[in-house]
Order: sequence, then structure tokens, then C-alpha cells
Amino acid sequence: MAFSDWITDARNIVFLVIALTMVGGALVVVTTRNVVHSALTLVVVLGGSAALFLMLGAEFVAWAVILVYVGAVVVLFLFGIMITRAPIGRDSVRLDHERRWPPALIALSVFVVMAWSTTLAFGSEQISGGVIRTDAIGDLLFSRYVIPFEAVSFVLLAALIGGIVLARKDPDR
Amino acid sequence: MTVALAILDNFWVFLVIKLLAVVLVLLGFSLAIIYAELKIMAHMQARIGPYFAGGRFGWAQPFADALKFLQKEDLVPDEADSPVFRLAPAVSLMSTVAVFVIVPFSPTLIARDLDVGIFYALAVSSIGTLGVLMAGWSSANKYSLMGGLRAAAQLIAYELPMVLAVAAVVVQAGTMSMVGIVEAQGGTALFTIPGTDIGLPFVMVGQIVAFGIFMTAALAELSRIPFDMPIAESELVFGYLTEYSGIRFTMFFLAEYAGMFSMAALATTLFLGGWYLPGLDPTIFGPFVMMGKVSLLVFVMIWVRVTWPRLREDQLQSFAWKWLIPVSLANIMVTAVLKVVL
Repeated sequence: MAFSDWITDARNIVFLVIALTMVGGALVVVTTRNVVHSALTLVVVLGGSAALFLMLGAEFVAWAVILVYVGAVVVLFLFGIMITRAPIGRDSVRLDHERRWPPALIALSVFVVMAWSTTLAFGSEQISGGVIRTDAIGDLLFSRYVIPFEAVSFVLLAALIGGIVLARKDPDR
Repeated sequence: MTVALAILDNFWVFLVIKLLAVVLVLLGFSLAIIYAELKIMAHMQARIGPYFAGGRFGWAQPFADALKFLQKEDLVPDEADSPVFRLAPAVSLMSTVAVFVIVPFSPTLIARDLDVGIFYALAVSSIGTLGVLMAGWSSANKYSLMGGLRAAAQLIAYELPMVLAVAAVVVQAGTMSMVGIVEAQGGTALFTIPGTDIGLPFVMVGQIVAFGIFMTAALAELSRIPFDMPIAESELVFGYLTEYSGIRFTMFFLAEYAGMFSMAALATTLFLGGWYLPGLDPTIFGPFVMMGKVSLLVFVMIWVRVTWPRLREDQLQSFAWKWLIPVSLANIMVTAVLKVVL
């Protein structure tokens, strides 16, 4: 499809705006000199991914991203940063690392592999039969996918107990 | 007439009208809540309260307060992180206002009956925590930072029991759509008054525990007494709001009172049957019934504020983690078992 055809579709313009915001935000996350700004820009990126899910009609996933990642994970990041150090302006601790190029290369190659393989597998084919209604997602989770669901919750429980074990003070010492 | 209707058909024009209506209703109701709070608190404390403003009963007091706030200089401290400091009140107010998309005032008077209704409300109101943390950090003030930290710890702790209390209602109603939840308590209710087909609200058929947990968590989410440690005046000046003045302070202030309205509206929809009242036609009387129930809950919130002392920080945390969360989990279990059995 020619780019001039592609860009005339309003949905593609919205997608382009969201995607460019996300790419820009992601670059700010890793380049900014202030760790709080980094966490706040992460919110913009996560909001962008929620917006992409909304565009695809997956409302439940979109709002789950907002509730879990923005409402809980990033808030915990910020809480952790602020309770240990809360730099205003330029951070006194360097956020950068001397060997920054190998991880950048790895990130880029992961992106290339994923983009290339999904384009190769699906092309411009439209995938139908997606589950959109929330009650349908619930039914599927507790019938067909009940074992993976329980496995994931078990892993999370293990992580939770691990966190408690690491954080508690030993009463004997 | 046809021209006017044609203009209304335009999506953007209709959107602007909807937005204006929401903002005006919100502003009006927030001012009404502020006035009610001034008067109710005064009478409960055996004083008169606002008396002179406006000529009678001091009705113009909230307007005078609002104008006073707006006139003040919009200060940004030298040391503050300016963009974050300026953005924080908007984030806070936006997350409260966004909840009104799914608040149903009657079967048809609703901005959008989302399939994920109540889940959406919980998700957008969780963004408010971010605004509070941004305000606390960017002020470059140790009182602000402490207030922001306390607020974040409190909002994280009380978001969980709130979500779990709502989950029990969703299990009982079998839907997350707000209209669906009201209908499960009204027209198509499973439980009715014996001998009639009048539905009972969830608070009367099994969700009284969830209602208590939801209202407690709502007070904590709004940082109101007895959960107002984040802005405890005697310890932290004014917590994360210390450095704010003028229009930005007004936005936080408005967010608190609009938040009271939205939390009361959510509780009304989830537990008190929303627009539904036996014998009244919901398409005509729905909004008035809804507003009446919301006002009742707002009155209870003000009543609690006047009669309770402030909790201590550790008491607040242990209350949330050791009592509210286990009780709400047990509540979900009982609800789910009964849902399958009945």
C-alpha cells in the first residue's frame, strides 16, 4: 500500500500520533537526567499503549494497563524513588552507564526481530474473531485458559511470598 | 429548529455541549457541597457558620471563596520543578472528572454506558494518585514531599479494598456496566420484596459489608477526616498542597469536592440502586432520585468529618492491610459461593 493511501485513513493518523508520542516518550525515559522525570514520561508511554489497545477495541486490556501499570506500578516506582532520594533538577547520581551501546543494540534487534516476524507472519491480513466483550474474556479465562491463569497467579503468589521473606527482619538476630 | 438539530448532529458540537454540561453540573454541585459542608459542620459544632454573604443564610459564601482563590497570585516556587508543578493539579482534577463518563443519572442520561463501566472508573481514578505524588515532589518542600508520600502510601493501601469491594458487587450483578448494575437492583432484580416485584438494592441483599468497605476506602481515597494525614495541618502545614496558591490550589480543592460527588455517585450506583426508586418512573425522576441518594451519602461524609478524630499513620496502614483487605476477600468468596448456590 502506498504511503499516500495509508495516511489518508483517519485511523492511521491517530495511530501515527500515538506511536510517535510513545517513541518520543520512550527515548526521554532513557535519556533524561532526572529519575522522576523518567518515571513520569513512562506514564505517557504506558498511556500510549493503552490508547493502542483502545484503538483495537480491547477496552478491558486498555483499562487494565491504566489501572495496573499507571495506577500501581509507576506509583510504586515514584514512591520508592521519593522515599530514598527525591532529586529536583539534575540528579546527583548518574542515571547513565558507560556501556550503553550493547543494551541499545539488543533493544533495537529485539524490535527488528519482532516487527519483522509479525509482518512476515500476518502481512496486511485482518484477523477476525477477536474476543472483545468483557464477559466473553472472563468466560474464556475460566474455561479454556484456566490452567495458564492459575499458573500465572501461582507465580505471582510465589513472588509475593519471596518479597515478604526478603523484606522482613529476622526476629532472632 | 431543524437547523439547531442539524448542528447538534455534528459529533464535535455535541461533544463540546456534553463537556460543558458535565463541567457546569460538576462545578455547581461542588459549590453546593462546599456550602453544605460549611453549614452542616457549623450546626454540628453548635455555631452558625456563614451568615452574612449574599444577604440570607450566607448562600454566597462558596462563590466568595472561589473568587478569593482565583484572585490570588499563581505562585511557582523558585526551586520547584516547574512543568511537573504546573501539570499536577490538572492530572488530579482530570482523573476525577473522567469518572463522570460512566455515572448513570437515568437509563438514558449517561455520557457513555461502557461495557467495562466500573472498571474504567477505578482505572481513571487511580491516576489521581499520580497527580498527588507529582505535586508533593515538584514543590521542593519537605512538608510537601512528606505529604505526597503519605498520600501515595494511603491511596495504594485503600485502592485495593475498594477494588475488592467492587468486585463482590460485580460478581453479584454479573456485569461491569453501570446501567447493568442498576438494573440488577431494579427491574430485573433477583431479590425482591416478598409478594411484589420491587427490586432490592445490593446494600440490603448481602453487600452491606462491601458498602462499608467501599465508603471507608472512598473517604481514604479522598484524604478526608479521619484519613487526612497527607494534609494534616498540625504536622505538615498543608501536605502536598503547601506551595500551591491561586487557580492551581482551586483545582485541587475542586478535585476533592468533585471527588466526593463522584465517589458518592459510584456508591449510589453500586449499592443503593442508582436512579431506581419503586413507584417512580426512572426516565423522568431518575436524575432526582440519583441526586437525592448522592446527597445523602455526601451528608454522611460530612458527618464523619465532624465527628471523628484523625487516625495515626500506622493505624491507617494496619487498618487497611489487616482488616479491610481480608474482610473484602472473604466477602468476595461468600458472594461468589452464594451466587453459584442461589
